[in-house]
Amino acid sequence: MLQVLIGTNIPFMQYRRIAYMFSGALIVATLAWLVAHGGPRYSVDFTGGTLLQIRTSRVLPADQVRSALDAAGMRGVELQQMAGESRDEFILRLKAESARDPAVEVKQAVEKRFEGVSVEIRRKETVGPKVGRELRQKAIWAVLGSLAGILLYVGIRYEFKFAFGAVMALFHDVFITLGMLCFTGREVSLTVVAALLTIAGYSINDTIVVFDRIRERSKALRKEKHSRAMDIAVNETLSRTVITSLTVFLTAAALFIWGGEVLRDFSFAMLVGVGFGTYSSVYAASALALDVWIWLERRKGVKAE
Amino acid sequence: MTRTDQWKLAGVLLVTTLSAWYLFPSYRFYALSPDQRDKAPAKEMSDLRKKAIHLGLDLQGGMHLVLEVDRSRMNKAEAADAVDRAMEIIRSRIDQFGVAEPLVQRQGEERIVIQLPGLTDRQRAIDLIGKTALLEFKLVRTPEEAKSVFDRLDSYLASRLPTGADSVMPRQPLTGHFLSIESAAFAREEDLPAVEKLLDFPGRDSIIPSDSQLLWGDRDDAQQGVSGRYLYVVKRAPEMTGGSVATADAQVGLNETDPGGWGVSMKLSPKGRVDFARVTGANVRRQLAIVLDNVVSSAPVINERIPSGDASITGNFSVQSARDLAIVLRAGALPAPVKIIEERSVGPSLGSDSIQEGLLAGLIGTLTVILFMLAYYRLSGAIAIVAMVLNIFYLIAALAGFGATLTLPGIAGIVLTIGMSVDANVLIFERIREEMRNQKSIRQSVATGYDRAFRTILDANVTTIISALFLFQFGTGPIKGFAVTLIIGLIANMFTAVLFTRMIFDFMLDRAGKTERLSI
Repeated sequence: MLQVLIGTNIPFMQYRRIAYMFSGALIVATLAWLVAHGGPRYSVDFTGGTLLQIRTSRVLPADQVRSALDAAGMRGVELQQMAGESRDEFILRLKAESARDPAVEVKQAVEKRFEGVSVEIRRKETVGPKVGRELRQKAIWAVLGSLAGILLYVGIRYEFKFAFGAVMALFHDVFITLGMLCFTGREVSLTVVAALLTIAGYSINDTIVVFDRIRERSKALRKEKHSRAMDIAVNETLSRTVITSLTVFLTAAALFIWGGEVLRDFSFAMLVGVGFGTYSSVYAASALALDVWIWLERRKGVKAE
Repeated sequence: MTRTDQWKLAGVLLVTTLSAWYLFPSYRFYALSPDQRDKAPAKEMSDLRKKAIHLGLDLQGGMHLVLEVDRSRMNKAEAADAVDRAMEIIRSRIDQFGVAEPLVQRQGEERIVIQLPGLTDRQRAIDLIGKTALLEFKLVRTPEEAKSVFDRLDSYLASRLPTGADSVMPRQPLTGHFLSIESAAFAREEDLPAVEKLLDFPGRDSIIPSDSQLLWGDRDDAQQGVSGRYLYVVKRAPEMTGGSVATADAQVGLNETDPGGWGVSMKLSPKGRVDFARVTGANVRRQLAIVLDNVVSSAPVINERIPSGDASITGNFSVQSARDLAIVLRAGALPAPVKIIEERSVGPSLGSDSIQEGLLAGLIGTLTVILFMLAYYRLSGAIAIVAMVLNIFYLIAALAGFGATLTLPGIAGIVLTIGMSVDANVLIFERIREEMRNQKSIRQSVATGYDRAFRTILDANVTTIISALFLFQFGTGPIKGFAVTLIIGLIANMFTAVLFTRMIFDFMLDRAGKTERLSI
């Protein structure tokens, strides 16, 4: 029988302060980034504007394409050349609404500057400012709504201390994933929001496994110290926590590597979210549940730990 | 085999057969090359297309538009059905344009969603759909009347010039730009921006007589070898509108001076014919402007009363633009202007690239998961793999059966489902291993493993479904596709990973009798 992480006895809870600091540092860094940049980098879905993906019939240097656009009076265009085999493709982001069709303008400007080059418009996404505002609102509601929905469900199914830990872990995962998107210069688009919500729903799974174990073994673990009980539960479920995440991590990795440019930010978010989801089931969810547990008993005057 | 297992087996067979039934049309449709699809009988193909799984615009290429109908200038009664009327007209324009399987749908109070799959010429579609196509016949003011209007504008603009400004033509700020003024003023190409800027001031309509209106010509004209544009002064109230047009067709050689040029010839309705005869009879030797969306297409001089009811629009047309104009004139004018507030277009090449990349990622993801499960859980892993394959099979069949649309994020959802669907089995198998380590019998271990893991699996799947439901109400196409795949995938997962694999284990244990070994 091939098996890993069976019969481990790692004193996870002993190191939880270090983990708190690590997670805290990531959260503070994310907050600092968000404050410094006035929020995440939203895609045209939320800001309004136009995204164009074009393919040129031969590879063109980005700086010359930019100067061609400048010459045509198209300023403030964000130009990004794709890497590797797709170097003949560019992604352009235009903020302003203009009376003329930017797809036509870009095509004309580039074709005029580079003789014999033809430009194919592969993708055009234009979102009016009003629709962008609506989508932003909907996104915020969807994120808050699903977090509240999960909180409610976990709250009904589990004791308060567990529900608290689980939801904090959820915020932790979604927020740090958002941070990683920001740090790597990625945009928050509709699909990225979909990834964040999926992470919210999925990353709690490992936490549920640990909590189920504590509940199931509560009689046997009653004599143990709380931190020891938590350690036992985490260790006993460690293999399944890691393996379940691993299978999803593998598929998300396949999407990230081979799934193409359109899905890249989505699969990046999934990878980061699933990874942190595993970590947080131990160090955010379980550890916080333990501290709430201890705190509750102290208040009741029971001597714990 | 126990009674319960017989029921389970019947259930699995039923669901699998049903899935195969729903998937068969998709298999038949996508197995055909586009060429074969064209050759097959149209009726049969359209039936098959309807039953086959729909590909989102991001996969097959095409255009998604959201229009907003601007009702700000309408009264309540007009506004009430303006969106419905606009939808009807747009639908008939698209039908004549010739797109397979278009979708025109109302969204909320004043929005219209249009989806045109497989469309390649997006610019043409936008022109065709977004044009108000308000056709009006308006009398052009006489040269004297026009002159007096321009003079009034001149004196008003001159009075507003900052005092002491050293202007070249302080007394003629506007008309100084014109090359000539007859029934229309001619402005040179290079003066156009300046003239437009001069005329763009609030309260302009209070300076010119209320029954008159300034309208630009639609194309570059030339006068004395200089290119430029005409600015017309016309009577504000139209003599007739496009409502009087019965049919319109693209035609060549309508204008004698341009025998090879394309234009649109119109036949008027019986009532329109009477009106046209009256208007032309009463205004011989004056100019009648044909105005399309507040731009003058042409302003021919009426030589005599025209009783025939034939009218035409000529100008700078290509075959295609003449045809498109004929289409919009036949379909009629939109009751109010529309504005495109969202556009998502994907070229066909990107769509097929996306499908290929999605398939490749899915294939590699599946293979790694299969290899891992086989290496780690052996025969039990193989059972979990069969369950996973069934999971995906049911998922895609459900998409086809519900008429849901497969989008690129939807493909991502399927790939993630591959990873998530084995999770349930991992939880069960780990539990069984644990029970076996505690010296329980195989049969007992399996039973406990399933019972204990079930609650965890349920909770885990429900939380993900809660998130997906919030995503679903979010509503836009591709994301909705993702939410739907995730929800169906997880529900199917409860069936395949729990019920189906349990049944297989029971079969195996029955046949093995009192075995002490389980390949897990």
